[in-house]
Amino acid sequence: MRPFLLALLAKEPAHGYELKQALEQIFGSAYPSPNIGQIYVTLGRLEKDGLVRAVDVEQSNRPNKKVYYLTAAGREALDDWADEPSEGPRVRDEFFMKLVLAPMTGIADRMTLISRQRRHYLGLMRDLNEIAERTPGEDRVALLLIEGAMLHLQADLDWLERCQEDLS
Amino acid sequence: MINTVNLVKIYQNGGVPVPAVRGVDLRVERGEFVAIMGPSGSGKSTLVHMLGGLDVRTSGEIWLDGKRADTLGESAWALLRRQKIGFVFQFFNLVTNMTVADNVELPALLAGASPREARERREHLLGALGLTGRADAAPAQLAGGEQQRVALARALANRPSLLLADEPTGNLDSRNTRDVLGLLGEVHRDGQTIVLVTHDARVASLADRVVSLLDGQIVDDGAVRAPRRRPRGTAGDVVELRG
Repeated sequence: MRPFLLALLAKEPAHGYELKQALEQIFGSAYPSPNIGQIYVTLGRLEKDGLVRAVDVEQSNRPNKKVYYLTAAGREALDDWADEPSEGPRVRDEFFMKLVLAPMTGIADRMTLISRQRRHYLGLMRDLNEIAERTPGEDRVALLLIEGAMLHLQADLDWLERCQEDLS
Repeated sequence: MINTVNLVKIYQNGGVPVPAVRGVDLRVERGEFVAIMGPSGSGKSTLVHMLGGLDVRTSGEIWLDGKRADTLGESAWALLRRQKIGFVFQFFNLVTNMTVADNVELPALLAGASPREARERREHLLGALGLTGRADAAPAQLAGGEQQRVALARALANRPSLLLADEPTGNLDSRNTRDVLGLLGEVHRDGQTIVLVTHDARVASLADRVVSLLDGQIVDDGAVRAPRRRPRGTAGDVVELRG
């Protein structure tokens, strides 16, 4: 969560609860609603690393609140995060190992493994279809994430088909 | 609804026999939605073409609605299709010198619907597929994805008891695929029997059953189920961002 909080603080200084609300507002259902405790723990670590600093702001009738802002080092860390390429998803390592190793030991047949995996992926796709149907059309970030997951699943299924062709 | 017994298709390629379908026993119940998947060349299209009488089987039997169909002649098949079967071709096969509206209404009129029924059905189908504004266009004026959706509307026009389709979303972008999925879901809920060939996992995941072909034979046949029931699942559960 560190880079997300840095990015939000680069926009404007904020206190913990505002950061939680901003994440919810931007990502809608695409991001599991963040736990406020987790946000404060992360802010504490960022502060310890010198990436953010906090100032106490007095409030009438309430305890002081801590408003966090980005330091120069924080800005640098955020730039590094934005500039570096993100790791892409990889081939399902575990299934690939099963596919290669299981037939060697005689515990499973490759075609059975592939068929079972295909059914599993199609089941996930069905789940995604249902979630997409329940997601309101204006929640575009969430819909794009669902579509991304669908395209990854399609690629996984196409790859299973290649395995089936070449290993049969 | 459909029952095939040891169905075989062997093409002759310059005197060399090329087996496309090698002994398929497939049973589809009324109201069932079956997706056929498999690599290209696995016999999917040949199988669905034989089920629609568009390709002649080499041996084996095809039974539709309890009646033997593989022994029918071409005109008897044509009559059967007009009455009972809607077919969506991979390459659309629309009538080029008729408008979109006429292409869609024609099968319903041939099957005996009144002009008004045919028009209402056409308006509903084109509307569901986002094509209302294209009713008066000629097929040649349409993009590939539009022609494909018109072909689906045409296949459903006479409310066939069996819908057969070969890659019905092969030319569609995401949004248009969603319209097609919506319509397939709707007619399936109304009891439409559907057998379709697809590479598209979104389409296949809607089916009750997925049949996988490899080298002309069925290698897997089973129900599609969501892995766990999550009545209130959201995108956040599936696509987890990690902090």
